[in-house]
Amino acid sequence: MCTTCGCGDEANTRVSTLQQPEGMLEHEHPHVHAEGHDHPHPHGHGPGHEHTVHHPETITLEQNLLAKNDLLAARNRGWLAGRGIRALNVMSSPGAGKTTLLVRTLAELGARLNAGVIEGDQETSLDADRIRAVGRPVIQINTGAGCHLDADMLRRGLDALDPQTGSTVFIENVGNLVCPALFDLGETAKVVVVSVTEGDDKPQKYPHMFRAADLVIVNKADLLPYVEFDVDECLRQIRQLNSHAHFLVLSATTGEGLAGWYDWLDNASTRSDTLTESLTDAH
Amino acid sequence: MHELSIMQGLVDAVLDRTGERPVAAVNLRVGSLSGVLPDAMRFCFDVVAAGTPLAGARLQIDEPEGVARCRSCAEEFVLADLILLCPCGSADVEVLSGRELMLMSVEVA
Repeated sequence: MCTTCGCGDEANTRVSTLQQPEGMLEHEHPHVHAEGHDHPHPHGHGPGHEHTVHHPETITLEQNLLAKNDLLAARNRGWLAGRGIRALNVMSSPGAGKTTLLVRTLAELGARLNAGVIEGDQETSLDADRIRAVGRPVIQINTGAGCHLDADMLRRGLDALDPQTGSTVFIENVGNLVCPALFDLGETAKVVVVSVTEGDDKPQKYPHMFRAADLVIVNKADLLPYVEFDVDECLRQIRQLNSHAHFLVLSATTGEGLAGWYDWLDNASTRSDTLTESLTDAH
Repeated sequence: MHELSIMQGLVDAVLDRTGERPVAAVNLRVGSLSGVLPDAMRFCFDVVAAGTPLAGARLQIDEPEGVARCRSCAEEFVLADLILLCPCGSADVEVLSGRELMLMSVEVA
């Protein structure tokens, strides 16, 4: 999406390995916004000039508006399955602790978990730098003005990350509880993180995201004594939207509850693509 | 603003089919539970259609309401939001409509 004119090309989505000089892997498709915008001008036709005549008609299409993304997502899903790689799409609002959770997980599990990370942010490589400091392969995708990762961006990220067969790929989506819910990436499972400082009404406010989740993590549990966050009420709201999601309460900072997350990771390799099911059942 | 990406996809999908022919109208079906706002789609459509054969086309959006069937009491009821709860108290419900996000047809001149 272009910030200048709002046109939807992906000119300023950038995929970066951080290990090469700036710009090596960037996909630049510059386009010009000229002052003198060209328009077709009407021109007269003399007699005897032949035209192909089209009659007004209605063309039936009846296709899903997300069909293109869903097709690319299906392709990613096949690519991942063929290599025995599981991809976990981690989503939350900004600042809920996705990166802290991933950094701690990668550091603590070490060689037990063969994992790489694809970081999605509008700008900067700050999160990717934090992952790289743990010594894990990481790719930064900057979406520019875009508010979510889509299946095409994930494909480009996977091409750049080149994950090993049988490994785990964490996809840290752009911090946003709205848009990423609608875009299937082809991931194995969706993990939604909500922090206790955000309030326990998040599931009610952002139902699409919580409906799509395979796992909901309540993070920053160490702050529960200081905030009005009712864990049971949050779970009750999630259950009204989503009967199957797993639910964990933890603190990525103190380490409280992380054992449950590691157990989930040990057992998460065969989780189904529930969003795809829930999206396709509407068509 | 996922509506902008979705509308860009819409313009691409229409142009794949209609090429250079001017498009007079685009008919969509966008359910009230789809997570996409028709007003935002209209706004974004004008932006992404500019300079293409879709410029100035009418955007007609059919907005089916959410309807669900309860698997416990077999009643059908209107779903105002994604909270899947039957008036009988059961949460075991099946969404029948309202999640549509479809490009139905286009009218070309």
